Amino acid sequence: MNDGASAIASEKFVADGDARVRIGTWRRFAVVGLIVLAAALPFGLSNYQVFELTQVMIYAIAVLGLNILTGYNGQISLGHGGFFAAGAYTAAVLMHRYGVPYWATLPPAALVGFALGLLFGLPALRFEGPYLALVTLAMAVATPQTLKYFSWTGGNQGLNLAKPAAPPGLGIDRDRWLYLFVFVILLLAIRIAANLLNGRTGRAWMAIRDHPIAAAAMGIDTARYKTLAFGTSTLFTAVAGALSAIVVGFVAPESFSLFLSVSFLVGSAVGGIATIAGGIIGGFFIEFVPNFANDISDAAPWAIYGLAMLLFMYAMPRGVVGSFGPLVAWLRARSGRAAAVSEVSALSTNAKPRQTSQGRLE
Amino acid sequence: MHLFLQQVFSGLASGAIYASLALALVMIYRATDLVNFAQGEMAMFSTYIAWMLVNAAVPFWAAFALTLVISFIGGMIIERVVIRPVENAPVLAAVVVTIGLLLIFNALAGWLFTYTLQEFPSPFPDRPLFGALLTSRDLGVIAVTLVMLALLFVFFRFTTIGLAMRAAAQNPASARLCGIRVGRMLTIGWGLAAAIGATAGIMVAPILFLDPNMMGGVLLYAFTGALLGGITSPVGAVIGGLIVGVTENLVGTYLIASQLKLTVALILIVIVLVFRPNGLFGTAIVRRV
Amino acid sequence: MAPILQLHAVKAFYGAFEALHGIDVEVEDGGMTVLLGANGAGKTTTLRAVCGMVRSEGDIVFAGEALQRRSTEQIAAMGVAHVPEGRGTFVGLTVEENLRLGAYSRAGKPHDAMTRMYGYFPILADRRRQQAGALSGGEQQMLAIARALMMAPRLLVLDEPSFGLAPRVVEAIFAIIDRIRREQRVSVLLVEQNASLALELADQAYLIETGYVVASGSAKALSDDPQIRRSYLGY
Repeated sequence: MNDGASAIASEKFVADGDARVRIGTWRRFAVVGLIVLAAALPFGLSNYQVFELTQVMIYAIAVLGLNILTGYNGQISLGHGGFFAAGAYTAAVLMHRYGVPYWATLPPAALVGFALGLLFGLPALRFEGPYLALVTLAMAVATPQTLKYFSWTGGNQGLNLAKPAAPPGLGIDRDRWLYLFVFVILLLAIRIAANLLNGRTGRAWMAIRDHPIAAAAMGIDTARYKTLAFGTSTLFTAVAGALSAIVVGFVAPESFSLFLSVSFLVGSAVGGIATIAGGIIGGFFIEFVPNFANDISDAAPWAIYGLAMLLFMYAMPRGVVGSFGPLVAWLRARSGRAAAVSEVSALSTNAKPRQTSQGRLE
Repeated sequence: MHLFLQQVFSGLASGAIYASLALALVMIYRATDLVNFAQGEMAMFSTYIAWMLVNAAVPFWAAFALTLVISFIGGMIIERVVIRPVENAPVLAAVVVTIGLLLIFNALAGWLFTYTLQEFPSPFPDRPLFGALLTSRDLGVIAVTLVMLALLFVFFRFTTIGLAMRAAAQNPASARLCGIRVGRMLTIGWGLAAAIGATAGIMVAPILFLDPNMMGGVLLYAFTGALLGGITSPVGAVIGGLIVGVTENLVGTYLIASQLKLTVALILIVIVLVFRPNGLFGTAIVRRV
Repeated sequence: MAPILQLHAVKAFYGAFEALHGIDVEVEDGGMTVLLGANGAGKTTTLRAVCGMVRSEGDIVFAGEALQRRSTEQIAAMGVAHVPEGRGTFVGLTVEENLRLGAYSRAGKPHDAMTRMYGYFPILADRRRQQAGALSGGEQQMLAIARALMMAPRLLVLDEPSFGLAPRVVEAIFAIIDRIRREQRVSVLLVEQNASLALELADQAYLIETGYVVASGSAKALSDDPQIRRSYLGY
């Protein structure tokens, strides 16, 4: 009997292994399906809708950048609109003054964002909570003024850019091309962020966020990692800014007001500050909610942002993704026994008690 | 030299306004460890209340007093309803909530009073004094601020409730053991801060004109003043606010066009903070874990 | 004499962790009870439970009134003065301000009581305008006790008043505690590491280990117990 039980159990164990492989495959299929769907989406929508969705993805990249800093490293920034502007103007000036092709402006924009972030991250090392909040807030407020002041930024008028055309021979128009272009960058950004956050760097960032003293005691170079978090975060946001300049075909100081910085913060809070996918939810929120609200009154977007911030902090402090992510995992775990077992059997130590309970049932 | 002194005095007048708002920020920071980003917008909203009262033919100083009372009560309600739930939440949640409040007050003012600039009466005549070194209006603003500071000093120094508020801010656990209701002290603190902010708003409105965005820059300068003085020091906040006011004026007069004033302020903040991270009078910040 | 403080089957919790597993402790009216035990045994937790600073279950009755569901502030106003671990003085305020805060929950001017405290602790009178943070450890402990007495309490709760102080200072402080307790007719609940000194002054004693009362009785009986002598008195 004992033998039989263990035979059944081991059979089951093998089956679990299969289930796990199947789940992994299913998930991969789902992701690939989603990507294909998202790539096909623009072909069923109007030009304007395609443009809006492109904006959503751009905001998603910017919010993802903010999440890296605030959610994963615990540093507050109220001035990411400024870094977004830095990326946008880098791309715009390169295209407008030096005739650089649009796709080639992304690496310099990333570099500028990274360098500015490091520059900001260095003094930020000495600032805790309110001090960092002030410095970044001041930056958000000062950005439009500074942009207006110089002539190479086009001053008040800003710069008009020629909208890039789709590569010939693809047979798609410019809006859909830009959508796909931004989509690829978004996928890349998510991939890079996930790799960073799941690796050594991400673990160091989170350790510093949760237990700064313990992290330093464990030999984590706090200063270096905090500066790196700032630079990485602003790199993402600056790339988003460059994409925005390319897609909108226009930059002007007033587009980079405090409202933009606050938008990123709201998007982050709504999507979930310590999540990667939250950026996408945040992007949708930033793109669509103020537009709807504008139809009500001039003041409504601010009011809705304000209410959303209070509401999410009270009712859903981990944001949409942060709150529903675990719920989805739990539902999935409940929905199929195989799925549940597969998750448990991922840990070999947990698989053992299962065998004995199976044995007792026999 | 004359121009220089003139700019110093008018800088002191705006500095006095920054100092008031900085003081409000410091009070709340000391009591609850959080920066109230909505302080400026709350002050702006209070100023609209004063404006409505004045428009309803209430005499200026009566409107002023009434506004302070309304702001005091409003501040207490905000603490109870909005701030209390996030009092023990992570810093970020509190920051997001006060920014949310900022947006709501700004939007509410825009919706109720529109975004057009409104004239706000000054209680002081605008006459040059002492060979045009300063105007009577500047002097009035400075005098009101001084009176307010003196009242606050007496309140915190000599009244039992003022003392209890200081105790609650410094060591809440011990304050409870003395029978002090710490939660109530925080509520009163928010009320007081709102009233102080209202004073700043009413003083600044005749200069800047009244509109929902009027306090954005003022808050930033006040914040700078508070940090310059060290965010834990009320005396530091006042001195810091005055320094910022004078510097702002001198920089605007001698160095650069006024559009870049904020940028220069930003650079100054960073420089000061790099060399004196705790401000001029502050004690080291203990990170909330 | 009826007890002024009675704990019956009291459990206390830090989050989900149960630190006290149902203890019984009494303080006689006008008496002095000492809690002994190793670090982490639950002595401080017992004091915190009395003052509503931790979540607790069971009955805590002070002067005939249940203390459960009352806030720390209310309990203080009822006449329980707690001098916490680490003294809890307001280091940024002056000595006199600290004393004024002690009288916060009492009506009327604190002047007479303050004069009385300066009589017990003349050094505090000399330093009345200084910030409490500038005082020495012994002076701060005196200030903490004086502040607690300003409440005109019926029960004085003291958590390790000897902590970090020189033996001579400890003796002086305990002498004053003994004197005050007789003159002001205040009952005392004391937690103390210095067991021999505490057992000399107290009339009742409890030995607490890992959240249970393992021995109790008159201070005399406990100081004669060979086991306790070996573990806590060292002779």
